[in-house]
Amino acid sequence: MGSVIIARILKAKEMSRCIGCFSCMLSCAAVNQRNHSLAKSAIKIKTAGGLSGKMVAVVCAGCTGVRPCAEACPSGALIERTGGGVLLSVDKCTGCQKCAAACALGAVFFDSDAGKPIICKHCGVCARFCPHECLEMEDS
Amino acid sequence: MLYENTIKVLFVDLSSRKIRIEKRGDLKDFLGGVGVASKLLEENMKPELDPLDEQQPAIFAIGALSSIYPVITKTVAMFISPLTGELGESYAGGRLALTLFMAGYDAVVLTGKSHNPCYLSITRQSVEFMDARPLWGMNSDEVGRVIREKEAGSGKRSILRIGPAGENRVAYASVCVDTYRHFGRLGLGAVLGSKNVKAITVIGDRDIPIANFKEYFKVYRSIYDKVTDTEIMMKYHDVGTPINVASLNAMGALPTKNLSQGRFEHADAITGEAFAANNLVRKLACTGCPVGCIHIGQFRREFGKGYEYEAVSVGYDYELLFSLGSYLGIKTPDEILKLIEAVEKTGLDAMSCGVALGWATEAYQKGLVSDSETMVPLDFGLTENYISAIWHIAGAANDFYSALGRGCYHAATVYGGRDFAMTFAKNEISGYHTGYGIVVGSVVGARHSHLCNGGYAIDQAQKQMSDHEMVDALLQEEKERCMLNSLIICLFARKAYDRATVIGACRAVGLEIEDSDLTQIAEKIFHTKMRIREKLGFTLENVQLPKRFFVTPGLNGVLDETITKKMIGMYAARVAAEMET
Repeated sequence: MGSVIIARILKAKEMSRCIGCFSCMLSCAAVNQRNHSLAKSAIKIKTAGGLSGKMVAVVCAGCTGVRPCAEACPSGALIERTGGGVLLSVDKCTGCQKCAAACALGAVFFDSDAGKPIICKHCGVCARFCPHECLEMEDS
Repeated sequence: MLYENTIKVLFVDLSSRKIRIEKRGDLKDFLGGVGVASKLLEENMKPELDPLDEQQPAIFAIGALSSIYPVITKTVAMFISPLTGELGESYAGGRLALTLFMAGYDAVVLTGKSHNPCYLSITRQSVEFMDARPLWGMNSDEVGRVIREKEAGSGKRSILRIGPAGENRVAYASVCVDTYRHFGRLGLGAVLGSKNVKAITVIGDRDIPIANFKEYFKVYRSIYDKVTDTEIMMKYHDVGTPINVASLNAMGALPTKNLSQGRFEHADAITGEAFAANNLVRKLACTGCPVGCIHIGQFRREFGKGYEYEAVSVGYDYELLFSLGSYLGIKTPDEILKLIEAVEKTGLDAMSCGVALGWATEAYQKGLVSDSETMVPLDFGLTENYISAIWHIAGAANDFYSALGRGCYHAATVYGGRDFAMTFAKNEISGYHTGYGIVVGSVVGARHSHLCNGGYAIDQAQKQMSDHEMVDALLQEEKERCMLNSLIICLFARKAYDRATVIGACRAVGLEIEDSDLTQIAEKIFHTKMRIREKLGFTLENVQLPKRFFVTPGLNGVLDETITKKMIGMYAARVAAEMET
């Protein structure tokens, strides 16, 4: 009786619904970094042109082909995640920030306190705490 | 500061451009928020000087649980009010509480006056005094845009600013926080204007490890689910506070045309439901609030021939629909939104502005003032002229508008018409003509706001109360709100944050607190506020109430002035007895 594990990918599909509450960022930073600081979140909600503009989410797109961040990593610290995106092997990471520079979306953030990148692992906690169904976990 | 035994206070002296940081262990007894701010106000105020003297402090404080749990989103400002001459207290949401928390300050105390217009840039590492001379005179929205483009930190930054009204020291000038929220009441905008502070930005990026993740997140999740999955907060998100228009009108408690009526004949056109159907384009939230009560309405303005239109979006709430709607006889949502836009750009408190214009309209009708004073004819329903009048107030265009800019209580002492200058101890009324609860509650309340003790809710409750019971209920609620405001929980979430929830939330982050501690803290804060107002020379005995409260019937019929005064006296006696012990 084997079960098939489907790796899921986070998609910020309905950002026009976003109310800018930042619950996604707060929960990501809390669960994944055990930190109250928004700066530790792997998803960033920004406004394009102030609060009267649109809300946008900057987050890992979960690349499935070549992962430019992993490709740029000189120490092999970013490992391809099944279904898309990468996982960070902290011990191998030197904190060079080449991954952050390589991401065309600007979705690899850098934790200057820890000296390590903040990598979204598509765990779905942000979607769980999104009150307006802007964020969804999608089967890859 | 969370997980620490001290309250961290940033003192900024605008005159010398020096800053100082104090870590105060003693202030922990006040939890945070309004407790800390009250104590700092008491220590730093100069009762003998004018409210707008440069030596007077402007104090901002976040609470003991700010930003780490859902809907704990507010920052308190305390100051001496140029409108009432006594205790000034105002709350704003937006991103300010989060950014102060992330910058690492529990409170900020501004004193002195900058020699040139400046804006302050507050970060974890420094306070910069930036040149704001080119910004002086700008409307509130423009200032926000300029600073937003100039300063780094999009998304984790808060921008406070004043409009022309604050610069011109209008006694009910507001401070806009992050476009759609405000320190509204009692004139903080004028206090900042008097200090030559056009704007303040706060950016924070502090590392704040969670001490006990398991405990903390369990509580976080339960509160999050409570405020999103249950109906407890639904009213604030769906139609929003404007849902009150229809119900208060049906009760005959919707202040209309300078409170000459409690029902508005065009109320159906300006209900929350009407706004939602025709104008609502978006909802937004303060940082950390999954509810999202901020309602944005849009109207189209024709600015030229040949189908030239622009779309204008502004935030709206119940209080604005009353003060710039029914109170001025405005019949359509689009027109109310236009008035809100003018109030936003000039940087005025919407409630005081509308109520002051209501008085001015009646004074004009009765011939107490004429065109030479008002510059435009004022009549209920005349939107375009009200827009002109709003700009005249903000610009202190002549002697009349300068007087009106000091509040309608003051204007009526100059021009007459005190009987219909609708204020509670000099602060313009709120939108509830519900009964003794609102009148007595707002008069005795520390800042003369409907939010001091929720008297309007007592009036609307099914329970009939004796005078004694009502006074007790007001006093008890005022103290309870001192406690909630020390944390600082948005009062919309007061039902979600019952005492057991508050205690659980505190304990999960290491604040060992018991029910009796909360009672004690509430009392301590309340008594600090009462001492402040005593030192500022306020006494309930001297309060004069306009006759109209006792003429226009409301939800509970026509109020009796003698009973009202008796209840105010009972409250004063209760507080005096407490203060003696």
